[in-house]
Amino acid sequence: MADQTLPIPGALDEPRSRGAGFLEWLHSWVVTVDHKKLGILYVVYAVFFLLVAGAEAMAIRIQLAVPNNHFLSAELYNEFFTMHGTTMVFLVGMTIIFGIGNYLIPLMIGARDMAFPRLNAFSFWMSAFGGLLLYFSFIGGFGLYGMGSAPDVTWWAYAPLTAKAFSPGHNTDYWALSLIVMGFGTLGAAINTLATAFSMRCRGMTLFRMPLFVWLMVVTSGLTLITITPLTAAQVMLVIDRYLGAHFFDAQAGGAPIVWMHFFWIFGHPEVYVLILPAFGIVSEVVPVFSRKAIFGYPAMVAASVGIAFVSTTVWAHHMFTVGMTSVGNTFFVLSTMMVGVPTSIKIFNWIATMWGGKIRFATPMLFCTAFVFQFLLAGLTGIMLAIAPWDWQLHNSYFVIAHFHYTLAGSFVFAIFAAFYYWYPKVTGRMMCEKLGKWHFWLFFIGFHITFDTMHFLGILGMPRSIYTYGADRGWSALNMIISAGGFIQAIAVLIFAWNLIDSYFNGQKAGNDPWDAWTLEWSTPSPPPAYNFAEEPVVRSRRPLWDIKHPQDPDWKYER
Amino acid sequence: MPSILDPHSTPAHEIYRLSLFVLLITGSIFVVVAGLLAYVVIRFRAKEADKDHEPPQIYGSTQVELAWTVIPVLIVVVLFLTTARIIFAIQDAPEPKTALDVTVIGHQFWWEFRYPKLGIVTANELHVPVSTPEAPEPTYLKLMSADVDHSFWVPQLGGKTDLIPNHPNQMWIDPEKTGMYVGQCAQFCGVEHAKMLLRVYVDTPEQFADWVKQQQLPGAQEAAAAAGRQVFETEACVNCHTISGTAAKGVFGPDLTHLMSRSTIAAGAADNTPQNLRAWIENPNTCKPGALMPAMQLNDQQTDEVVAYLETLH
Repeated sequence: MADQTLPIPGALDEPRSRGAGFLEWLHSWVVTVDHKKLGILYVVYAVFFLLVAGAEAMAIRIQLAVPNNHFLSAELYNEFFTMHGTTMVFLVGMTIIFGIGNYLIPLMIGARDMAFPRLNAFSFWMSAFGGLLLYFSFIGGFGLYGMGSAPDVTWWAYAPLTAKAFSPGHNTDYWALSLIVMGFGTLGAAINTLATAFSMRCRGMTLFRMPLFVWLMVVTSGLTLITITPLTAAQVMLVIDRYLGAHFFDAQAGGAPIVWMHFFWIFGHPEVYVLILPAFGIVSEVVPVFSRKAIFGYPAMVAASVGIAFVSTTVWAHHMFTVGMTSVGNTFFVLSTMMVGVPTSIKIFNWIATMWGGKIRFATPMLFCTAFVFQFLLAGLTGIMLAIAPWDWQLHNSYFVIAHFHYTLAGSFVFAIFAAFYYWYPKVTGRMMCEKLGKWHFWLFFIGFHITFDTMHFLGILGMPRSIYTYGADRGWSALNMIISAGGFIQAIAVLIFAWNLIDSYFNGQKAGNDPWDAWTLEWSTPSPPPAYNFAEEPVVRSRRPLWDIKHPQDPDWKYER
Repeated sequence: MPSILDPHSTPAHEIYRLSLFVLLITGSIFVVVAGLLAYVVIRFRAKEADKDHEPPQIYGSTQVELAWTVIPVLIVVVLFLTTARIIFAIQDAPEPKTALDVTVIGHQFWWEFRYPKLGIVTANELHVPVSTPEAPEPTYLKLMSADVDHSFWVPQLGGKTDLIPNHPNQMWIDPEKTGMYVGQCAQFCGVEHAKMLLRVYVDTPEQFADWVKQQQLPGAQEAAAAAGRQVFETEACVNCHTISGTAAKGVFGPDLTHLMSRSTIAAGAADNTPQNLRAWIENPNTCKPGALMPAMQLNDQQTDEVVAYLETLH
C-alpha cells in the first residue's frame, strides 16, 4: 500500500535547485526514478522515433509514387521498410504505451510511484539503448565505408534469409541484438506495471474499481510477459545460428525455417494486441468523460479485455495460412481468429452504448476517439476477411494486408494515442493544447489516412505484393500508388502540426488547472503538473469514479454500480 | 488487369464466391454498426441549452450485453462452417490421373519449372494446358526452394502458396481460359524480390503439345553461331547455365536451352529483345541491381557473338 503517513509540513516540497543550470537539469532527468519523469522520457523518445519512422514511410511513398522510380535503391528501400516496421512496433508503439502507463497508473490508482522505481529507470534506459543500437546500424558495421548495415530482412525476418549465407553483413545482427536489449526493458516495464496495479492501489480501490486504462495496462503487461519471451528466445537462437554454428533455422543444414515463423508469430500476433489493448483503455477513459456518462458495462469491458488476451495467444498461425499447414490446422486457426471478433465487438458496442443518451462534447480527444471506433470497426471487418483462410491465400502479403494492419495500428492505435495526448497533456504540462491546431491535425490526419489506406485495399485486390521497391508501368498500379502517396503527405503535414502544437502549447498554452475536462478519475484531483509525490494525502475511493462522487454528493456512483 | 475479382481457375473461383459471401456479411455488419455510430454522433451532441446538468447515468444492461455477445458468436459459427468447407475442397482435392505435374523451384530471384514426366526444364514462364469440364487437365504444382522463402502467386488462377526450403508444398490450378496470366513472388526474398515476376501461359491442347515437343528438343547448333557457342562454353557461363546437348550443364541459373521461346528475361525484368539481352550480359545490374549473375567482362566482340548464339536458341 502507498505511504499512509501524513506529510510533515514542508517535507514534501521540491528541493530547491542550487542553480547549476543546464547540467543539473540534465542530471535530474538522467538519474530520475520518478514515474512521471520516466513516463515523459518514454513518450518524448517515442514521439522522436514516430517522426523518424514517419520520414522513412515518406521516403517509401516517394519511391512508390510512380512506376520504375529511382528515388531509393533496392537496398535502401529494403532497409527503410524494415526499419519503418521495426521502429513503429518496438520504438514507438511499445515505448509509448509504457510511457503513458508509467505516467498515469500511479496517478489513477492513488499511489506515489510505481512499485519498483529503480527497475522503472532501468527498463527505460534498456529500451532507449536498444533503440539507439538499432539506429546506430545506419553508420555501424561497414557503414563508415558505405551505406550502413541497417536491417534489411523485413520486420518478420523469415529464416533462412537471415542466415549468414544470405545475410552476410551485420544487418541482421543489429536487428536481433537491439530487439533482445529492448525486450529486457519491456519485460521490466511489464513486471513493474503488474506489481504496481496489484499492490499499490489506494484505500477503497478494489480491482473492480480500477479505471479501465489501468485494467488494460494490466492485461497488456501480462500478455507482454507471454509474448516477449519467445521473441527473445528466437533471437538468441538466430544469433547462435549465425555465430556458433547451430542449425535451428538454417535450411542448408537441415534446420526448419517454419520453426522461426511459429516463434515469431507466437510473439507477433499477441504483440498487436499488446499495442491495441492500451488504446482500448485510452478510449474507455475519454469516451465516458466527453459523453458525460459512466462507461457502459464495465465488468463486460474487463472480461472482454482478458478474453481478447487469452484468445490472442491461440491465433498466431493465421499469419501462416500460405506456408502449407494441413487443412485441419488451417481450420483451427480460422476458428480461433474469428473468435477474437466476439470480445472486440462487445467493446465497440459498449463504447457506442456509452455515447448513447449522452451529451457528447467533440473536443479534439473525442474526435480522435470517435474516428478510432469507426476505423477499428473497419479494421475488425477486414480482419474477419483475412481470417477466412482461402481468401487469405489471395490477400496474404498483398497491399490489402498492409491496409488492414495500418487500420489497426495507425487508424486505431495511433488515433487513440493522439487522443491521449490531447486529453492528458494539460495534466502533464499544466497547459492546454491548442484546440484550433488540434482540429486541423485531426481533420488532415483523418482525411489523409483514408485517402492512403482505403486505397491500399484495392491495390491488394489488384495483386500488388508488399515489400517490393518498384513495379512496372504495365501492372495497372500506378494511379492508385500516386493517390496513396498523396494521402501520405497529408498525414505527414498533420503530424508536423501536432508536433508544433506539442512544443508551442508548452510555452503559450492556456493554463489548465487541476481538472480542465470535468473528469472523474483520480489523476484530475491533483495539481497540473502533479507534484513529485502525486498526492499529499492518500486518497480514499468508494467507486470507479471518485471525482463524480465528490461532484455529485446527492447522486454518487457507489449507490448504483454493479 | 490481373485481379482476384477476375478468376479463371477453380480455386480462384471458389475463393471469389466465398469472398462475396463474406463481403455481404461484413458489409451488413458495417452498415448496422457504422449507422449506429453515426446516429449517436449526430443525435447526442451536447447542445448549448442544457449544459448545466449531466445526462442520466446508465451503468450497463445484462440483457442488451448478452444479445450483442450472442449475435457475433452466431455470425462466427456461420462464417467458420462456410470457410471450413472451402478449405477442405481446395486443399484436399484428390489429384486426378489426367493432371500435369510441375515442380516449381524458387531461386533468388527467378523461378525454375520442371516437368518431370515430360523431361522439360524451363524458367520464369510456365506453360500449362487449358482445363475444361469435358477434358479436365489440372496442373499440380510441387513447390520447393533452393535458397530462401518465396511465394507463388498468380491472382487470377488461385491463392498463393509459399516455397520454403526443406518443406515441399503443393497447390493446383485448372485454368479454363487460354491466355497469359502475370504473377509475382509474394514473400520477401532479398534485394531483388520486386523483380521476381512469373508468367503462366495457358495453351490450347494443340499449342501445349507443340510447346512440349519444341521444349524436348536439344539446344540449336547452327553453324553461323558457332563462335558465340565457343565463347559460351569456354567462359564461366557454363558454371550456372544449362543448354541441353552441349557442354553447358550448370544448375544455379535458368536453363537456356530454349531461351528464345520465352518473351521476357531476368524473371520478367525486361522484354526478351537482342538489345536487352546484350545489356543484361554486359551488366545484369543495369536492369536488375542485385541479381546474382555477375558481369562476365566479355569484350564487345565476344558479347556480340554470345548474343548471336543465344538468339538461335528457339
